[in-house]
Amino acid sequence: MPEPILFEKPTLKALLHPACIETTVVSLTRVGSISGPDKPLWLLDLAMPNRSRWRPGQFVMLRPASWGFEPLWARPFSICMAEGGVLRVFFQEVGRGTAALTKIRSGETVVMWGPLGNGFAVKPHTPTLLLAGGIGLAPFIGYARAHPTLESLHLILGHRQDKSCYPLNLLPAGLSREVLRQETEADLQSFVRHLEEIIQAYSARDSLVLVCGPHPFLRVVHGLVLKHGVMTQLSLENRMACGVGACLGCVVEAVQGPPLRVCAQGPVFWATDVKF
Amino acid sequence: MDLSVDIAGLRLKNPILTASGTFGYGLEFMPYGNLTSLGGIVVKGLSWEPRQGNPMPRIAETSCGMLNAVGLQNIGVESFVEKKLPLLPWSEVPVIANLYARDAEEFARLAEYLADQEGIAALEVNISCPNVRAGGVLFGQDPFQAAEVTKAVKDKAGTKPVIVKLSPNVTDITAIAKAGADAGADALSLINTLSGTAVDIRTRKPRLANVVGGLSGPAIKPVALRCVLQVCRALHLPVIGIGGIASAEDVLEFILVGARAVQIGTANFLRPDMSFQIAARLPELLKELNVSSWEKFRGTLEA
Ligand SMILES: Cc1cc2nc3c(=O)[nH]c(=O)nc-3n(C[C@H](O)[C@H](O)[C@H](O)COP(=O)(O)O)c2cc1C
Ligand code: FES
Repeated sequence: MPEPILFEKPTLKALLHPACIETTVVSLTRVGSISGPDKPLWLLDLAMPNRSRWRPGQFVMLRPASWGFEPLWARPFSICMAEGGVLRVFFQEVGRGTAALTKIRSGETVVMWGPLGNGFAVKPHTPTLLLAGGIGLAPFIGYARAHPTLESLHLILGHRQDKSCYPLNLLPAGLSREVLRQETEADLQSFVRHLEEIIQAYSARDSLVLVCGPHPFLRVVHGLVLKHGVMTQLSLENRMACGVGACLGCVVEAVQGPPLRVCAQGPVFWATDVKF
Repeated sequence: MDLSVDIAGLRLKNPILTASGTFGYGLEFMPYGNLTSLGGIVVKGLSWEPRQGNPMPRIAETSCGMLNAVGLQNIGVESFVEKKLPLLPWSEVPVIANLYARDAEEFARLAEYLADQEGIAALEVNISCPNVRAGGVLFGQDPFQAAEVTKAVKDKAGTKPVIVKLSPNVTDITAIAKAGADAGADALSLINTLSGTAVDIRTRKPRLANVVGGLSGPAIKPVALRCVLQVCRALHLPVIGIGGIASAEDVLEFILVGARAVQIGTANFLRPDMSFQIAARLPELLKELNVSSWEKFRGTLEA
């Protein structure tokens, strides 16, 4: 089981030691059925011998051995769950790397390094709002499963695909949640209005808001949480080459000081510390 | 066999170094292997003042390679020496500082400062940067400027060996190599990245904010091998081969054409233990090939 670690600010270096291992694919499963031009969503399970210490919000870099030099880089994936000797990630086919990953078979070798990054804050008795945009649901599955006081959590998932495409069955049964679909521009506008109301409600008390999702979703939420002044952490998903803080390709502009490396100093940042 | 090599008086326990900008300050890779199993560590380019680097996006994946326009984001030489160097096992593995400056005086100032640092084993001069005093022309593209900056560093470097790192973006790489050698370089390293770009037909935008970046990775290995071969034939300075190396076999290809050591760059991104794996595999491969000493293998390409 993951270890919830309590902290106020993301620490600059991960507390848990990462490692690079060669693991094998246990299974790759398509989740639900897609309509329209979008690409499918998948759950990938990997064998995880002796690696059980991680924090929700941390990620791993994955690179199947069969890739050779093409695609060149490994790809970062948020840890969805890591229980019973299996590490699970939830991903959508969005580019070359994720498209190549959907071709993988059970038993294939994957080079994996992690757990990387800092992870989300856990404050057991603080009302905590989890805001997920689509595939951004991934880390909140592990977060909710590991959280010591489920009653303090409320999840809002905004999604575009059919509900069947999101593995809601992996969420703890007792988790308070709203699952809201946006198919049209009008849906999206009313969703944003709803988000603002909720964020405003949370800002009126001591609370924590955690956000994960695609860039446009993060941008909208970032604006709202700054406007209403609520303690918020955002998980950023920048393009990465190394995942370990060496290539400087994943940086985000800081409110103060030099650019921050999302892989090594994030991926979770306080909303007040980053500009985007 | 004894894997050690000598580069201008600098003893490396094996010929595997890490390339500047692909291995952070070394510390980032400590969880993934034993730094002291490497021949040496070349750290990210250091400038006098801290630098913020270029706007995002700064990296783009290409066929068997990548483009980068990181723009020398670094913490500045003093912070490196005070905060990072003490954490590195520099008494057991040579740490080589890679220098980046905008004019010859700044290069000299960096060299003077580092000449006094016990933990620094050698200086590598990145001449693939624009000379602001000469209208932004790259030092490494003009033999006179390459010589000027080499001399500026060598004059202040004290006992530290000076390695000049060559750019492949020139018509005749041996002309720059000779200019560096004549100006006092103790060794040469090559190649730096190849100038390139990548574009997106849907957004009609370049894939790097800087538009142009440096190509690296397996895609550039043939160019790098050719450059090393040419330079090794043209002069007798020790050469460190760089460009697309991703296996122990690749290492031996560079040594076969004349390199004394190599640097592993972009391949470190394929898996963070890559350099350690290559260093561990090298002795086995040499045994398989019945190579019993570097002297019997280096530069023995039959052509
Ligand atoms: C992300 C990145 C950053 C780099 N930064 C530097 C640098 O600071 N100084 C330098 O001399 N070379 C730098 N290089 C060039 C490499 O050291 C090396 O010469 C080049 O990448 C070719 O080798 P490779 O194909 O093995 O990567 C950088 C390369 C990459 C990919
Ligand atoms: S991905 Fe390389 S520094 Fe973050």
